[in-house]
Amino acid sequence: MVQALNSAMDVMLARDQNVVVFGEDVGYFGGVFRCTEGLQRKYGPERAFDTPIAEAGILATAVGMGAYGLRPVVEIQFADYIYPATDQLISEAARLRYRSAGEFTAPITVRAPCGGGIFGGQTHSQSPEAIFTHVCGLKTVMPSNPYDAKGLLISSIEDDDPVIFLEPKRLYNGPFDGHYERPVTPWSEHPAGEVPEGHYTVPLGKAAVVRPGDDVTVLAYGTMVYVALAAVAESGIDAEVIDLRTLLPLDIDTIVDSVAKTGRCVIVHEATRTSGFGAELSALVHENCFFKLEAPIVRVTGWDTPYPHSLEWDYFPGPKRVAEGLRRAMEG
Amino acid sequence: MKNSIPLRLHVPEPPARPGQAPDFSWVKLPKVGSVSRPDIGTDPHDMREHAYTMIRVLEDDGTAVGPWDPKLDPETLRRGLRMMMLTRAYDDRMARAQRQGKTSFYMRCTGEEAVGVAQAMALDDRDMTFPTYRQQGLLITRGWPLVDMMNQVFSNSRDRLKGRQMPIMYSSKAAAFFSISGNLATQFPQAVGWAMASAIKHDTRIAAGWIGEGATAEGDFHHACTFASVYRAPVILNIVNNQYAISSFQGIAGGERTTFAARARGYGLPALRVDGNDFLAVYAATSWAVERARSNRGATLIELFTYRASAHSSSDDPSKYRPADEPSHWPLGDPIERLQKHLTALGEGSDERHTRLAEEVKEEVRAAMREAESYGTLGTGEHHSPATMFDDVFKEMPWHLRRQRQELGF
Repeated sequence: MVQALNSAMDVMLARDQNVVVFGEDVGYFGGVFRCTEGLQRKYGPERAFDTPIAEAGILATAVGMGAYGLRPVVEIQFADYIYPATDQLISEAARLRYRSAGEFTAPITVRAPCGGGIFGGQTHSQSPEAIFTHVCGLKTVMPSNPYDAKGLLISSIEDDDPVIFLEPKRLYNGPFDGHYERPVTPWSEHPAGEVPEGHYTVPLGKAAVVRPGDDVTVLAYGTMVYVALAAVAESGIDAEVIDLRTLLPLDIDTIVDSVAKTGRCVIVHEATRTSGFGAELSALVHENCFFKLEAPIVRVTGWDTPYPHSLEWDYFPGPKRVAEGLRRAMEG
Repeated sequence: MKNSIPLRLHVPEPPARPGQAPDFSWVKLPKVGSVSRPDIGTDPHDMREHAYTMIRVLEDDGTAVGPWDPKLDPETLRRGLRMMMLTRAYDDRMARAQRQGKTSFYMRCTGEEAVGVAQAMALDDRDMTFPTYRQQGLLITRGWPLVDMMNQVFSNSRDRLKGRQMPIMYSSKAAAFFSISGNLATQFPQAVGWAMASAIKHDTRIAAGWIGEGATAEGDFHHACTFASVYRAPVILNIVNNQYAISSFQGIAGGERTTFAARARGYGLPALRVDGNDFLAVYAATSWAVERARSNRGATLIELFTYRASAHSSSDDPSKYRPADEPSHWPLGDPIERLQKHLTALGEGSDERHTRLAEEVKEEVRAAMREAESYGTLGTGEHHSPATMFDDVFKEMPWHLRRQRQELGF
């Protein structure tokens, strides 16, 4: 997946002279997760460069560059570090088109690794996606595999609105299914690990049905897609698993069609539960599918606590908890 | 413990509060014309004094002296005067319109006109500006139509910003004037980003940002200075020190122990501290910074030492926190009167000419007002349809906004 993301930026740097890539350690070194490796060598330090440790400064300069006409792709080293930049993201980048009635725009892509499972403790494990979906004017994307990662990142960079592009770091090396006790299958042995060279896109706002099924709909994104698939396989329940891919704009039609068919819905995310994105999904399913529902909607999520370092597998909503959620939805 | 003296918190207090005599004895003014004008290539470390002293060109008698005298021709001086007077006349009329209920809010730049006007004249019209809400002089000097500005203030049917922004939060891409934000300081590092982009594209245009002395306490000020220094961005970073952040005197922002210009020193940026009510000094200092930025020598931090002669905004009453007669005691006078005096000293102006000019700009504002009012004011006339509320959140409207628009009845 790292190579897929790297390839997306490589393709866009080559295609569009207005694309620039910057962030902490992304230049010469190529990023702490190696996603920007080689880009500075290939495109020079004016197009791929290191920045001071100042997330607000990174976003602020990106807004200024966007106003100039560039298309900045910035990396926030961990999604957990994005908070200093929220004023520039929420009050500036997200609102610029609106407040200037389209005169100025902020076509910025903010890449940030998210999620836990690497013993990163509470400051290297968070999934803050719900915060950004709550902000009008931001798009929020989370890919779950290398093919989508590249296609969605290219779409995000080409998009004329600011996009928060969250990369589940547990998926960088393979489709992690929550069985932390087992080795992860590398992407090279997974069909979605096949990534074409060159330019292609996966559209924003389109979900993917990754496993068709009739009994219950599972709404998931990022790492939780594989956790859900494992839970489905282990529970033997014929669930339809939907990878949302983009949280905003959301593909409501795919969700509604599926829940209308199954009559049951389990929502899975790694982020904390209260006011999490699952709450919005639950409300939407309720508003759009109430008369088709045969059981209460079930949420399986991270607990409402900070991500604990040594207890992370008790925090992580693994396949066992998701399977329990599936059973609850079937019994309800 | 050897030392057991109770500790005490120091909360800065201004020299005078309401009912007390105004006191500006703390303002240390060097002799007019006494500050050197360094070569633009000077290492910032070799121009320490410029961060603490004050560049002044205009004498009390209206003559211009010293190495910073930009020696502008009378035509340019008259244009500067006209633009400052037009800005004040515009402010007067708009403030009155607010009191008449034609809009919800207004902010004047009275006493600070030299900042927007002289700086706009020292910059090229294509250089990008990232202003605060008190640099309407930039737009006016760039020849942007007053009617268009009024349309914004009135949120009327011709308001290009569709009634979305509070009055005075103008935006004009055509005038290279960035959309104004109500969140303070955010525009300062954005100006640096724009300048970095211009450098990345090997363009020739530079950027300029403005910030109040109060908002220099925000982290964004630090980000702007850091990024400007690191990337040697072609940007001018202006601190408008008008002594007040709403009710808080500049000591609350950290001005008690040092100057705001001196902030530059920690970043290795050159600093110029300027009499902000001296049109010639503002023009000259800005030109110095422009030349430096255009020749790839990087950013300059300018402190424009001025005084907010009016209220913070139409919602503010300064007599609650400063002596009511304080403005008339400001030791650096009024920028318009000082430039008028200069023109008179040069034999290029007279009381009669200046009175005539005041009438002219008033009439210009009056005519613009008539036209703008015909397009509506906040409470009357036509406005943008509520359906437009959902436009421009995104380039293309997603389904959820379409549904909400339908919910509103459109």
